[in-house]
Amino acid sequence: MSFVAGVDIGSRMTKAVLIGADLGAADDDKGIVGRCSVLTRFDLAAAAENALLGAVAAAGGQRHQVLYLAATGYGRYLAAERDIQITEITCHARGAIALMPEVRSLLDVGAQNARAIRLLPSGRVVSFRMNDKCASGAGRFVERVSKALEIELEQVGPLGLQANAPCEISSICAVLAESEVINHVTNGESIPNILQGTHESISDRLASLVRQVGLEEPFGLTGGVANNQALVHALEKRLEVPVRLHELSEYAGALGAALLGRQRLHNARAVQFA
Amino acid sequence: MHVAGIDVGSTQTKCVILDENGAVAGRGIRMTGADVLKAADQVVAQACVQAGIEPHEVAYTIGTGYGRYRVATGDDQVTEISCHAKGAVHLFPGTRTILDIGGQDTKGIRTNARGEVVDFCMNDKCAAGTGRFLAAAAEVMGLEVEEIGALSLEATESIKITNVCTVFVESEILNQLSRGRKRQDILAGVHRSIAGRSASLLRRVTVESELTFTGGVARNPGMVKAVEERLQVKVNAGEDSQYMGALGAALFALERELAGARRQEAAQ
Repeated sequence: MSFVAGVDIGSRMTKAVLIGADLGAADDDKGIVGRCSVLTRFDLAAAAENALLGAVAAAGGQRHQVLYLAATGYGRYLAAERDIQITEITCHARGAIALMPEVRSLLDVGAQNARAIRLLPSGRVVSFRMNDKCASGAGRFVERVSKALEIELEQVGPLGLQANAPCEISSICAVLAESEVINHVTNGESIPNILQGTHESISDRLASLVRQVGLEEPFGLTGGVANNQALVHALEKRLEVPVRLHELSEYAGALGAALLGRQRLHNARAVQFA
Repeated sequence: MHVAGIDVGSTQTKCVILDENGAVAGRGIRMTGADVLKAADQVVAQACVQAGIEPHEVAYTIGTGYGRYRVATGDDQVTEISCHAKGAVHLFPGTRTILDIGGQDTKGIRTNARGEVVDFCMNDKCAAGTGRFLAAAAEVMGLEVEEIGALSLEATESIKITNVCTVFVESEILNQLSRGRKRQDILAGVHRSIAGRSASLLRRVTVESELTFTGGVARNPGMVKAVEERLQVKVNAGEDSQYMGALGAALFALERELAGARRQEAAQ
C-alpha cells in the first residue's frame, strides 16, 4: 500500500496524517491510516520528519511507502522532503470540511495564530481573517497565563469549568496579563475563576475575528485549542451559537494538506499519462 | 525640613528625599512585588536612613506611578507624566521631550521650560516597546537584563527582529540562536526594534531637542545609543534616570510644603 502524507508544522506542535494514495479511499477521518503529533521545539525540519515517522509507524507502514508529502503550517518551507507546500488557510478549510462536512464558518486557533474562515460546502474558502501579529488572541495567551499560575496546560480546561464567577482580565497583552493574574492570586481570587476569566477574555477577541468574516452556522472550531473545553464553553457564550468540534480537530490542517496533496498527485499523474 | 516623592512602578518602587533647598538628601529603590504598601514603606525607610532622618520627620510626601493610589503614606498623588516632566527639566533644564520607558509602559512627553506637560502619549496596552520586551529577550538568552545593553554595543551587525509581540519574539530569538547567530547581533536588533517603536510614539508628540530618556530602561547604554541613532538627537540619560518620577514627585512635594509654609506665615 502507498500513502500520501500531510504535515502541519505549527509553532507549538507538529502534526502528521497519513492517508491512502488511492483516490477511491475515504476522504474523511475514516481515511486516516496513521497520525502523530510531536512538540515542534526549534528544529522544524526534525519535527516534521519525526511526526511523519510517527504516523508511518502508527499506520504499520514504511517510510518509502509515502509517495507524496504536502506540508503546511508556519514551518512548511522547512520540511525538507516535501513535494509541495500549501497555505494553512486552504488546508484547515479542507481538513475541517472533511471532519465536519456541515460547517460553513470555522475558527482555527493555534499557539500563535487564529484564523476565521468562511467556506463553501466543497471546502473552498470564501473569505478569511487572521491574527498572527500578537498573542492576545492565540493559544499562547492561555499558555502564558497557565505558566504564570504554575498550572499544567492540560489542566486549564478542567479547572476553568469549575469557575463560579470568572474574574475580569483587562490586559489584552499576554505578557501584561501574566502580572495581572498574579495580582488576582494575591487578592485571593480562585484559580478556576482566573482561568475562566482568561478564557472569556481571549474569546472576546476570537469572536470579533469570527464576526469579521461573518458567523455562519454551523460553526466549527479546529486547532489545539479545541481540546480546551472551558475555552469552547466561553466561546459559545460569546458567539451565542453552539460550537462544533471533532476529536481530531487538532489534525485538521494536516488532514487537509494530505487530501489536497493526494488531489495534486493524481492531477499530476493525469497530465503525465495524457 | 525634608519632603519625599515615591514612584510606585510596575517593576520597581523608588523614593527620593529632598531637603528644603531641593538637594537630594536620600534615595531608595526596591522591587515592587505584590505588596505595594510594603515596597513604599521600605523605600522611604531606605531613603530616610541616607538622609539621616526618621520617616515621621518627612514634612510632605507625594506618590506617583501606577500604584500611587494604593499607597496610604502619601499626602497627595500626582500623575507620573507630570512627575517625569518636572524631574527631567529640573535635572536637564534644556529638556523639551521625554521618553520614559518603564517595566510595563512607554510614554512620550513634551514639556515647556517650566517642566509643565504640553502633550503626551503612552502605550500601556502591550508589552512591545517596554522594559518587559527587553526582559523577555534577556531571559530567553539566559542573560541578566542589566548586561544586555552593553552586549548589544559589541554587535558587528544588527539582526532584524520581525515580531512585534513579546511572546512571539521569544521564539524568534531562539530560532536565531539555533541558526548560530551571535547574541550580540540579535540583541542589537532587539534594541533597534524598541527604538523604532519609541520613535513612532514620540513622533505623535513631535520631538523637540533636548530629549531626556527616563525610566529604568534609560540606564541601558544600548538603548540610549539605539534611540540616538534612530532619532538623530543627543539623548540625556544616566544612572539617575530611573529616579526621575520620584524626583519630580518630591519637587512637587517641596513646592506644596513651601507654599503651605508661606500661607501660614501670611496668616500669622
